[in-house]
Order: sequence, then C-alpha cells, then structure tokens
Amino acid sequence: MTSTAVTGNLSFTKEFYASLLEMEDGERIRTCLQCGSCSGICPFGYLMDYPPGLIITTLRADVYDEVLQTDSPWMCVSCYACSQVCPSKIPITAALMTRTKEELLLAGKVPTELQSALENSQRYGNPLGESPRKRSEWTTGLEPPVAIMGLAKRPVDVLWFVGDYPSYHPRVQMTAKSLAKILNALGVDFGILGPEENSDGDSQRLAGERGLFEMLAEKNGRIFSKYEFNEIITTDPHAYNALKNIYPTLEITYPVKHVTEYLYERLDQLKPLLKREVKAKVTYHDPCYLGRVNGVYDAPRELLAAIPGVELIEMAHTRTNSLCCGGGGGGMWMDGFHWEKAHVRLSEWRVREAVTAGAEILAVACPYEPPRFEDASKMVKEAGQLMVKDIVELLAESIEL
Amino acid sequence: MNIIVPIKLVPDLVEELSIDTCGNALDTAWMRLILSEFDDHAIEQAILLKEKDGATVTVVGPDVDGIDDVLFGASAKGADRLIKITGDFNVGMPNHAFTSGLKDVINALQPDLVLTGVQAHNDLDGTVGGLLAEHLGMPYVGYISAVSVSGGKALVKKEYPGGLLAEMEVTLPAVLGIQAAEAPPRYVAISKVRQAMKTGSIDEESAGEMDPAGGPTVERMYLPEAAGRATMIEGDPQAVVARLIEIFKEAGVL
Amino acid sequence: MSQDIYVIVEHLRGQVADITYVMLAGARVLSQGSGGKVKAVLCGHNAQALAKSLAADEVLYLDSPALADFTSEAYQKALAPIITEHQPRAVLFGSTSIGADLASSLSVRLSLPLVNSCSTFEPDGKFVSQICGGKIMADGALPAPSSLVTMIPGGYKPEQGQTAQPSTVTSVPVSALDGLRVVLKNYIEPEAGDVDISKEAVIISVGRGVQNQDNIALVEELAQALGGVVAGSRPVVDQGWLPASRLIGKSGKAVKPKLYLALGISGAPEHVEAITGSEMIVAVNTDPTAPIFSLAKYGSEQNMFDLLPDLVEQVRQAKG
Repeated sequence: MTSTAVTGNLSFTKEFYASLLEMEDGERIRTCLQCGSCSGICPFGYLMDYPPGLIITTLRADVYDEVLQTDSPWMCVSCYACSQVCPSKIPITAALMTRTKEELLLAGKVPTELQSALENSQRYGNPLGESPRKRSEWTTGLEPPVAIMGLAKRPVDVLWFVGDYPSYHPRVQMTAKSLAKILNALGVDFGILGPEENSDGDSQRLAGERGLFEMLAEKNGRIFSKYEFNEIITTDPHAYNALKNIYPTLEITYPVKHVTEYLYERLDQLKPLLKREVKAKVTYHDPCYLGRVNGVYDAPRELLAAIPGVELIEMAHTRTNSLCCGGGGGGMWMDGFHWEKAHVRLSEWRVREAVTAGAEILAVACPYEPPRFEDASKMVKEAGQLMVKDIVELLAESIEL
Repeated sequence: MNIIVPIKLVPDLVEELSIDTCGNALDTAWMRLILSEFDDHAIEQAILLKEKDGATVTVVGPDVDGIDDVLFGASAKGADRLIKITGDFNVGMPNHAFTSGLKDVINALQPDLVLTGVQAHNDLDGTVGGLLAEHLGMPYVGYISAVSVSGGKALVKKEYPGGLLAEMEVTLPAVLGIQAAEAPPRYVAISKVRQAMKTGSIDEESAGEMDPAGGPTVERMYLPEAAGRATMIEGDPQAVVARLIEIFKEAGVL
Repeated sequence: MSQDIYVIVEHLRGQVADITYVMLAGARVLSQGSGGKVKAVLCGHNAQALAKSLAADEVLYLDSPALADFTSEAYQKALAPIITEHQPRAVLFGSTSIGADLASSLSVRLSLPLVNSCSTFEPDGKFVSQICGGKIMADGALPAPSSLVTMIPGGYKPEQGQTAQPSTVTSVPVSALDGLRVVLKNYIEPEAGDVDISKEAVIISVGRGVQNQDNIALVEELAQALGGVVAGSRPVVDQGWLPASRLIGKSGKAVKPKLYLALGISGAPEHVEAITGSEMIVAVNTDPTAPIFSLAKYGSEQNMFDLLPDLVEQVRQAKG
C-alpha cells in the first residue's frame, strides 16, 4: 500500500474505545465473548493481521495502536457477515470496522486507489470522476423522456434516486434504462435529479470518510427539499441504506424503498405484463445492503418467481449467510489492493457458487454487481455461459420492452 | 527554514473545454478550476520537508474561484500559513503577469526555499517557477523529484528522460520546480479540512502590478481537428481479433 | 538585431537529444520567412564533436568547464550575453528538463517574450502551440522583434534537423562562470532494466485501463506470443505494476517499434510524444474520444479484456 507519513499520536486506545461506546449499541462491545465467529465468517479474515475479534482483543489489552500500524483493516468490505453472526450483537461493521478505517484515514494511511475515489466523490459528486453535468446523459433517447426535476419543475409521485454507477457506468446504465421502461409501463409518475444528484455516500462512509458522507448527504438533502414528491425509490441498496437509516440522523427523512420492494408492492399490476418467457435457471444473489443489513430477502425472489419460465434456485450461501461480492466499504475502489493481498476475488467465489448451483442466469439487485460479476465470470473458466442480469433487466425482458 | 509554495488553479480537464466566442480564449462560463497537479506535489514536498526538518510552510494562491477550499486543504495537510493574493486575476492570465503580481508578496516573506509545480497544463508563456525565480533573483532548477536541505543548501534530484537522475546542489534561497514529491500527495479527510476552515484563517495581500507583457498574443484558440483518425475496427470481439491478426501481418510482425 | 533563428542545443552525456534536431527543423522553416540563418548554440566543454550532425548554417560553440554538464545557472549566464547582443528573431529551447530550466528565467532577465509548447511554425513567423493536455491548440504570431520559444516534439521528425555535412563551428568567448549557485554532484543511473524498450520492434503498452497488476500477466502472454515486450504509461509505473525501465513517455523512454499496440491508453501528450517514431500504432480503448485515436492507424473500442484471451490464442496459432 502506498502510505504517507503518519502524523499525530496514535496511542489512544482508551479514547478510541470510549468513542465506540458512544455509538448506537456500541456498549455491546463490552460483552464480546471472544468466540471468534466474526473472524471466522469474515471473507478476508484469514488474511487480516487483525481480524475483527482480534481488534477487540487489542482494545482490551490497550494496544489498539498496533492495528493502525497495519493496512489489514482495508481488507474489510463492510459485508456485515460478522455483525450478523455475532452472538452479542455487537455492531462490528458499523462501529468497530468503520471507526478503525476512519482513524487510518485521518492519519492519511489510505490505499491510493481509494484515495482517488474519495477525492472524486468530493470534487465531482461521484467516485468515478465523471463530470456532474453528464449525470443524466444515460436518459438520452428514451421515450417518453425521463423527467429531470430541475427542468420539469413540477411535483412527481416518485423521486428515483438513480445512483453513481447506473448513471455513469456503461454496463449499469442498461439497468437504469430497463427500470425507466418498467416505470413507464406501470404508469408511474417519476422524476430524477440528474446533474443535481450527488453520490449517496454510504460506501464512502463505511470506508471511513464520515466528513465526506456528511457533505454529500447535506448536498442531497438540500436538493431533496427543493422538490415535491411522495417517496424515494432507488436501484442501489447502498443508497437505500443511507437514505433509510443514516440520513434521518442528519435530519433528512423521506420514505424510501428499494426498487424491488416498490415493484413487489405492485406485483398484481406487474404480473399481467410479464408476457415473454425467460426460460432459465436463475439464482439470486442477496446484496449485503438489501439482505443482511436491511432484511429484504423475499421481495426480489417473488419478482423473479413471477417471470414466466424462470426456475429459481438457491446457491449454497443464501439470505443471511450470502457471500459478499467484495464491493462494499470501499472495496469497489480497491480491486488492485485487494488482489495484491489475496490473489482471489470474492466476486469469483460467488460466480463459482452460481455455476455449481447450476444457474444459467445470476440475478442481482445492486449496481455494483453487473460489472463485478461479469468481470469475475471472465476469469472463472466454467462460467463462460453464465449471464449476469439485474432483476429489473429480466423484468423488462419479460415485458417485451 | 521558511518554505513558500506559490500555487495556481487551472481549468479542470474533466469538464469539456470550449472556446469563447471571441475565438482566442477559453470559455470560462462552465469552467471549473482545480489545483494544478504539480502544485499539489509541491505542497506535499513542502510538508514532507517540514515533517523532516521542522520548516514553516506558507501556501500562496491567487484570489480565483475555489481558492479558499484549496488553501484550507493545504492547511489540513499541515501548511502553517495561507495567503490569498487579491487583484485582477483570471484563469487565462499569462504567467508573466501572474508572477509579477506575486513577486513582491513572496519577496517580503523572505523565503529560504520556494517550491512550485514544474509546470501547469495551461502554461502558454513560460512556467511560474522559472519566471518567479528571476524576479526574486534566485537560481531555478526544475523537474525535481527529491529535495533535502542542510547547511543552507538544497540537494535535489532532477529528472531526465529514461529514468536518469542528476543530483545537484543548490545554494539557498532558491526556487525549485517540482515534478513529483517524494511521496504521492497525501489524502486529507474532509472532516480535517472542515476543521481547518473553522479554526484557520487566510491572510490577504494585494497583488503587485501585473505586467501582461511577456507572452504571445493568441490569434486563435481551437480544439484540435482529429487530424486523421484511426480506422476503427467494427464488429464483435471475435471479428476484431481476426482483423487484428491481419493488421499484425500488415505491420510485418506476424 | 538579426533575423537569425537560434537553437539551444540539448545534449546529455555525450549525446545530442532528438528534440534538438526537431528544433533545427522548425528553425529552418522560420528562417525561410525571416531571411536569417539557423544558428545552433552549443554549450559544453571539449564538446565540438557534437556539432557535426546539427543541420544549421552555423554552430556557435561556447566552451567552459562549467558548461561540461547542464546546470541551469551556468547555461543561463553563458547564453544571456549572446542573445542580448544579437537579438535573434527567435531562440528555440526544448520543452524539457534542460530547455524549460532556461527559457522562463531568461525571458524575465532579458525582457524578451516567451511562447511555450510550440509544435510547428510557418515561415511568416506563425506558431502553433498545444496546451491543456493536448486538448487545446493556440496559434498566433511570434512576437517581434525577438522571442524565446519552447518546443515540444511531434511537429517535425528528427531526421529533418540532421545533416551529414557539418556546418561551420564558430567559437564564442564565454563570460566568467563563477560563484555558481547550482552545481552538479553526480548522475544516478536508472535501475538496470531487463530490456531496453527503445530498441524493441513490438511493444504492447498498457495504461490505466489495465486496472491492476494481475491483468498485466495476460498482456505479457500476448507480448511473448508476438515476440515483443510490455511497457506502460506513467500511471501504471507509478503504481508499481511495471518497473521504471518500461515507462514510455516524457520522463521515460521514447520508442520506435514496428508495431505499437496501446491498450487502455488515453494518449496524453506526455506519452504520445514518446511514440511518434512508431511505424504502426494500433489503439484499443473503450473511450471513443481518447486522443490516442488521432494518432493510431487502427483502433477498436472493444474492452481489451474481451479481446486478449482470444487474441493470444490466434497469434499463437498464426505463428504455428
């Protein structure tokens, strides 16, 4: 890792521990049994100098500084597997790992790749470093045109928070276009923020940049308050998590649903439109931030099951113990760093699981997935025929749009 | 040791550049300004010297759109003093004018070492470092990728093509044009920058007289015509690979 | 005051740099319009031999031990009096670690205007410059009666500034060069590279688009299959994914292969100036607006990873 000179005093185990206790459910850390389940279930735990359970040990031994001398906390992809399995229900991901990354970041010890993503987020409102003015270019040519709130200047029923990757990444723009078509087919009155939208900031928050998250949230909050709408929907589980759970702590509160919840509510209306058969064995990958973190497991599956021809199968890891693709907590922007350390990719593990389960289509519900899993399937020999599709893409196919 | 870092903000190339209707300058309506990349390295090198040898670092920039954020960012990294120079600055101004506006302020600071980026991408009439050095009566060495100071002299590594380096000794006070800091510019957390904004302050000084003479008169600015564009290979990956094999044969390597 | 065009010769450790010849070619064009002579100004110590390939009407030779190796202050002090005395129509410096160390300071010292980053000229004294990463062109007239200029490569070929017939060498006395504040201590060689890419016939070059070190292994396979080597642009080397010996660009090596295959390289000027000697350039980049496509003969917008495995296979088959 390219790291810069550490400034400041790192000997502050007690201060750090106290700061954890102040976080939501933070005092549960006192009841850690040192059972090792967290370190065991962590997908990169075997590589970390200090997996989660051991970090707690260092806190108790007053030698937490040692953790900050390493770069292994950056292997954490904030997948919540540890938090899920912890018998003491310690908020390991949200409190311990996030605050640890925050301390590393404050000391300037950040992998270079992550640094660029964070600087881009601050400067351009998206981690990809694309011009904010081009954020709604993906809508060009769609009929009817997608309403952009700043131009349409009217209230809408639904504000669709599109997100960074559906806006800018060529593969994920296809998902965005599919959803636009579905919403039109359902007669939904919706609008998007376009160039006024900033990154939700959730992955940046979990990568330790609390200040950046707050800055992005404040910007989004100001923009939301300019417009009238009844609810927010989003294609991105990370944005879903931020808008639903964290923005309210900053006094930015709106009703928000993930697109799979929204469409599932309208399944009666949607089902008759699903005319074309998608004849395939489809397996669904539970995104960490929709599944483990927010408990949404059934709506996506019901949507898939409603598509004629789909045979829904499960992979070995499913629902609460689903395998992370490796994109969270900054992982989306640290492929080089993770590769150097691990020489395996979590996304490749997951693709292998899909192949082993006999899937022909790997269905996803998070914008990080299509590029991650498609890249992974190029590297996994048996995955040559595996297709990666977002649920909304499959729905759009079935509606013959 | 007193280190001064003059910086410049330049057009951000992530945004598309367009030409002003007058035809010989850039359209600034949509232009966003960003710290010149090599000036970022100069700030980093100054902070590294401060950490090693205990210098004071003063960052000096022109009063243009976005300068406050850049200066506070430098302070969050460890700069001791921030100076904003007020005057009729605009991003298209020639470096001759820019440096003549800066020179009296910098002289008054009595620098031991002036570090600035070796170049900026919109330099049409010379480089800030080279011009400033002469105004200050100091020697100038550019393309520096390492600096250490002792006994009133700076030992620098100057980059030549092919990875060759020249080690030179420069008697202070001097101006150095930084190509690369000894470590990549560090990341500074937004919370630290916000902290700097709350607790820090930016001093203001007026620019000296800005003599615009010294550069060319641009008659025309334009976007390059794709002077001959590559013949694009169409088709799916398989078709492209097949065509590439033919092309390799055409090149005589297959 | 004269209509001559001066070219400040750049040489490093006994070799004249290509940019010098490019400048001589440009100077020739300007002299046709100005009616003056092209004079190469060679500073050095016991370095007369370097004059022989310079395509100039005259070589002004300044000899001093202090000029044996380039240092900014010594060269400035040596050059200032001649420029002041003769006021040539234009004085050309390379936009390099040598020329750029001189031009700006001399511009202020001698109160002569300076035009940066010129790639070509017209006989009537017009210049064309490139700025903003090559995205913007600017042209105008070189300020009269006398201007300093820095030149970038690409507008003329070095061969146009070389000659087999050495021109007259005139010794010019050098003012005293003492009390110098910039002193060369020593040179540091680059790490002994495994290959000298500037001599390779097939180069496959990767840029940011390669994404990580692991992918380079795949590019290596292609290079091996074609009998060539892998090189890279600055971001790739800075990340440590390729050693410095493989850097192609302004601060790396210039190359002249038969085939230059650029994968995921955008074509920034600092890189492009080092590949203009290639016989054939083929570029693969998912961004259709990448500047590299203006230089390449053939291009593809495909993702390089969609092409590589199959391409390696096909090359191996073709080689038999």
